[in-house]
Amino acid sequence: MRFLRALLSDDLPRSRALSAILVAIFLGLLFAPFLFSGSQALNAAAKILYFVVLAASYDLLLGYTGIVSFAHTMFFGIGGYGAGLALYGWGPSWSSVAAGTAIALVLSVALATAIGLFSLRVQRIFFAMITLAVASVFAILASQLGWLTGGEDGRTYQVPPLLRPGFRLFEGEIGGVAINGRIVAYYLLLVTALVLFLAMLRVVNSPFGRVLQAIRENDFRAEAIGYRTVLYRSVANCVSAAVATVAGVMCAVWLRYTGPATTLSFDIMLDILLMVVIGGMGTLYGAVIGATLFLLAETYLQTLMGAISRATEGIPLLPALFHPDRWLLWLGILFIGSVYFFPAGIVGRLGRDR
Amino acid sequence: MTGFLSTRDLTMRFGGHIAVDGVTCEFAPGTLTAIVGPNGAGKTTFFNLLSGQLAATAGHIFWDLDEITGLPASARARRGIGRAFQLTNLFPGLSVRENVRLAVQGEAGVGLDLRRRWRSRRDLVDRADEILGRVGLAGRADARAGSLSHGDQRKLEVGLLIALRPRVFMFDEPTAGMSVDDVPVILDLIHAVKAEGRSTILLVEHKMDVVRSLADRIVVLHNGRLVADGEPEAVMAAPVVQSAYLGIGPDA
Repeated sequence: MRFLRALLSDDLPRSRALSAILVAIFLGLLFAPFLFSGSQALNAAAKILYFVVLAASYDLLLGYTGIVSFAHTMFFGIGGYGAGLALYGWGPSWSSVAAGTAIALVLSVALATAIGLFSLRVQRIFFAMITLAVASVFAILASQLGWLTGGEDGRTYQVPPLLRPGFRLFEGEIGGVAINGRIVAYYLLLVTALVLFLAMLRVVNSPFGRVLQAIRENDFRAEAIGYRTVLYRSVANCVSAAVATVAGVMCAVWLRYTGPATTLSFDIMLDILLMVVIGGMGTLYGAVIGATLFLLAETYLQTLMGAISRATEGIPLLPALFHPDRWLLWLGILFIGSVYFFPAGIVGRLGRDR
Repeated sequence: MTGFLSTRDLTMRFGGHIAVDGVTCEFAPGTLTAIVGPNGAGKTTFFNLLSGQLAATAGHIFWDLDEITGLPASARARRGIGRAFQLTNLFPGLSVRENVRLAVQGEAGVGLDLRRRWRSRRDLVDRADEILGRVGLAGRADARAGSLSHGDQRKLEVGLLIALRPRVFMFDEPTAGMSVDDVPVILDLIHAVKAEGRSTILLVEHKMDVVRSLADRIVVLHNGRLVADGEPEAVMAAPVVQSAYLGIGPDA
């Protein structure tokens, strides 16, 4: 128990229901390759892994520090393009991944510092607008510099042999599943996501993390008790950007493809925002629940609706209403409903206060 | 010479209105100076200039021999100029203990530690609890600061100031709006700080009995100008004070 407390940085889930949900998500992700068959399930699980990291790093800004930024997909994209283009240009080796990641991290932190120092002094709305502008410029650059990035088509590349579908870790199977390179890649993502999540949990529960919350609550007073708020906001911005960059690398390695639609699009920015809001702002566990719920809905709502539609056949109106083509309508209704009924997010609803 | 806070020709203009007008003044360690004056005399503006919430239009502020006129509020707080605010100014969503601990941690200078759990700094948590005991809030340590009564919020406000271990204590109407039962808690705290004899204490206060019982010296501001400065008895008796502040005398 003490080990668990230390691992979770004293920030244990505040209610039984929340703990149960989190344990279920964790076990589901841990055994995903053996529990669910088919590549759609494994793809969804892997997407959950890197989106948990991405949403949690965004919550570090939005929920903990009270900074509204629209540049988060830019940092995600820098990671994706960093690793992707390195694998594309320098060949499918681990050193390409490492070099691409390192370059992306340096670029992200430098950009985050520049944006922070230039604009974190100004009012929040201006900061949000500036991040929006910078992110748009970056997205346009990525699609225009076709010789480098592959333009709108993006780049498809090979990953290191260990992670390829043809690779077998050993002969034979575990639970009827052959351990191929995709499963190795999945567990690489899982370990990375777990380490990053626990590291972020430590950051928000460190002395630094408490200052961020103080700044969110009352930046004027935080300044008056001796904290240089611009400095703290900038550091938070850099940490968040760096983690988002690694999430981008995870995405690039998993998809073996990097393009504007998978990393830089504004739709992804909105998705992250929704994940954080649905899960609950100001709690990293909220990002886990939000990302999982969102991506499961996105992946399986159509299938579910097809089943409902068939089950209600013969009843007027209902089959048409639940036709799989209407899945976006229902996704929208789900989101509006969750924001309306759980304004503090799901974690807030499950009893955040001790 | 340490612990001297002084101003020279300190001026603050808001558009055409001059809130603080050429104030030159010095505050020595071990003394309690009450700053009095009618509403709108510029007392709180003067405080904001000293602690860095406002940037002066003209003039200088010195901390010992260093000029601190251009420093941000956070840098002044780290140098030992601490401030309790008139309108309660806390971290409402955080617990009472967390509020004080943030100030303790600011004083200890460990805010940029991203690696350790804050709970592992037992010394800081203990000091926060000790301060909560002194301001009479030990029983409310886990409550949200925003849920406290007005009187308790004022106590917490003073607790944050004490936690900073400042060399200059600035109290801006610390007992305003407090119930009769709560006022002595605050006054005893100010007495205790004064009895230590090391700190410079500035107090903006309307209640003249409080001023009389605590102040070694009274500074009177009127329309932003310093109109009287000296021993309490002498200042209270001066005609300019009688007319400006108490509203009696030749003009009245």
